[in-house]
Amino acid sequence: MPFDLVANVAVAGVLTGLVYGLMALGLSVIFGVVRVVNFAHGEMMTAAMYAAVVLFTAFGLDPFLAVLPVAAVFFALGYALQAAVINPFITRPEHSQFMLLVAISIILVNGLLMGFGPDAKNVQLDYQLESWALGKLLFDKARVYAALLALAVSAALFAFFRFTLTGKAIRACADNHLGALVVGLRVKHLYSLTFGIGAACVAVAGCMLILLVDVTPVLGPSYTLLAFVIVIVGGLGSMGGALLGGVLIGLSEAMAGLFIAPSAKSMFSFALLILVLLFRPQGLLGRRT
Amino acid sequence: MKREAVGLLVLLLLLVFFPLFASSYALSVVTLILFFAYAGQAWNVMMGFAGQLSLGHSLYVGVGAYVAAILFQTYGVGPWAGVWISMAACAALGAAIGFLAFRFGISGVYFALLTIAFAEFTRIGFDHLTITGGPGGFFLKVSQRESWDLLNLRGPPIMFYYVILALTAGAFALCALLLRSRAGYYWRAIREDEAAAQALGINTFRWKMLAVILSAAMTAVAGVFNAFYYNNLFPEQVFHISRSIEIILGPVIGGVGTLFGPVLGAGVLTTLSDGITELLAYYNLEIPGVKQVFYGVVLLLVVMFLPHGIWPALAKRIGIFR
Repeated sequence: MPFDLVANVAVAGVLTGLVYGLMALGLSVIFGVVRVVNFAHGEMMTAAMYAAVVLFTAFGLDPFLAVLPVAAVFFALGYALQAAVINPFITRPEHSQFMLLVAISIILVNGLLMGFGPDAKNVQLDYQLESWALGKLLFDKARVYAALLALAVSAALFAFFRFTLTGKAIRACADNHLGALVVGLRVKHLYSLTFGIGAACVAVAGCMLILLVDVTPVLGPSYTLLAFVIVIVGGLGSMGGALLGGVLIGLSEAMAGLFIAPSAKSMFSFALLILVLLFRPQGLLGRRT
Repeated sequence: MKREAVGLLVLLLLLVFFPLFASSYALSVVTLILFFAYAGQAWNVMMGFAGQLSLGHSLYVGVGAYVAAILFQTYGVGPWAGVWISMAACAALGAAIGFLAFRFGISGVYFALLTIAFAEFTRIGFDHLTITGGPGGFFLKVSQRESWDLLNLRGPPIMFYYVILALTAGAFALCALLLRSRAGYYWRAIREDEAAAQALGINTFRWKMLAVILSAAMTAVAGVFNAFYYNNLFPEQVFHISRSIEIILGPVIGGVGTLFGPVLGAGVLTTLSDGITELLAYYNLEIPGVKQVFYGVVLLLVVMFLPHGIWPALAKRIGIFR
């Protein structure tokens, strides 16, 4: 196998992995704070991908511009979903939360199926076919832009949680639920805010991913599983871990697709997940609780 | 207690005589209900009794199905012998997963994700396994649809109806016994508070292992039934996470940890799903996805407003103890 082929596939894997990382970051933030595993995460992302497709076909809006309205709408929907439906489930057992989100995911997948049919949809822009060459290495323009935006959004999120008062309040809820209540934080509002932020992350990731892959309604569950693998490998609740996990999974998927078979690529992700769960359950960058 | 026993007996008699006046469509629907009631009962042993959430039970359905099907088709081993090997294989798998998880102290959400990971890993593995036909599927020879060949599980649908009815009744009786046994009390102690159970001297590792192994072996039988009833096996179907979810839906909707919950839940959900299909066909609304959206909405409403499932609420209403 020629070296430059391997290197090019690796570059594409890492860049796609950063977008995966942003998607997983949404899941990680939601789990880290609300302590509810969002089993409808991938379905939310396919919904965002369809939103980008609709905006593109109806108004010719570039997905990079579509990011703003889609993320805003997803933030509002995420906030409403948490406030109206998920908040009462915070104290319920895990299987009950699981069923709730499975119900939401069934509605999302099939709602998209009703609206858009089973055929694959995508957007077509000139710069998707262009690339920069660095020696023998090729960098797809769309992939580079997508990865850069994913990094920028992650950095903004990191700054938000680190430096703003609201961000600190959300982290306080995550660290000590009872303590947060005692000092008078509006925990339910902050939970809803967090879910909204997670939904916005996934919306941005969806708008980026539609530049790289086609979307069908049934992709949702496999993206949910992919997001789980990434956050567990990186460390549930750790923001840097989600990005690192995304890059690792993007890279391993690309390599498995090249050396073994594209259809077998997620097998390696699941094997990695099992190993990490057993030997380092807090994830690569997670803290032990 | 008396009223409960009488009610159960009436239900059993109804089910035994049901094929006499049922159409073949109704028979297939009730067969499906009983299948999910049985599989849900098996899952309930692990989650409802011992509190270990498995989201990967399709693993045991699939492995159980493939083992018995390959033994029958390739080596001529009949299902009554094959089922024991299927059960042994799944018990060993369950033991391996349980051992790893419980020894490494994995619980809660992480345990649930581990079970998904094993099921998905196996699904993709079977997709690339050539001796089982890979994604193209594995098929059993279909013959003698009219005469009963109970020994080889080849026969008309009504035979499969009685097989799954016997299995479901057997699983129900087994679970009733288990709940009244030492294991049942220990499991519920672990489910409610594992640390407290351990402090009382219960070897929680051993009893959790027993729950996983038993549940896996019981689910394997559902897999064998699946293989011989449908005569075809596709990794994308039997191992898929949606199959795991289908198994869980019954007991969760019916009532986790109750004996009657899995049966009631399977009945309600399958009837609902088929009812929606009929209704949509009647109004000519057969757009792909509509049925599942309805289904999802009903599911959402039930989990939101009946947090413990339908059976506990119903049992309180009609005055039968749970």
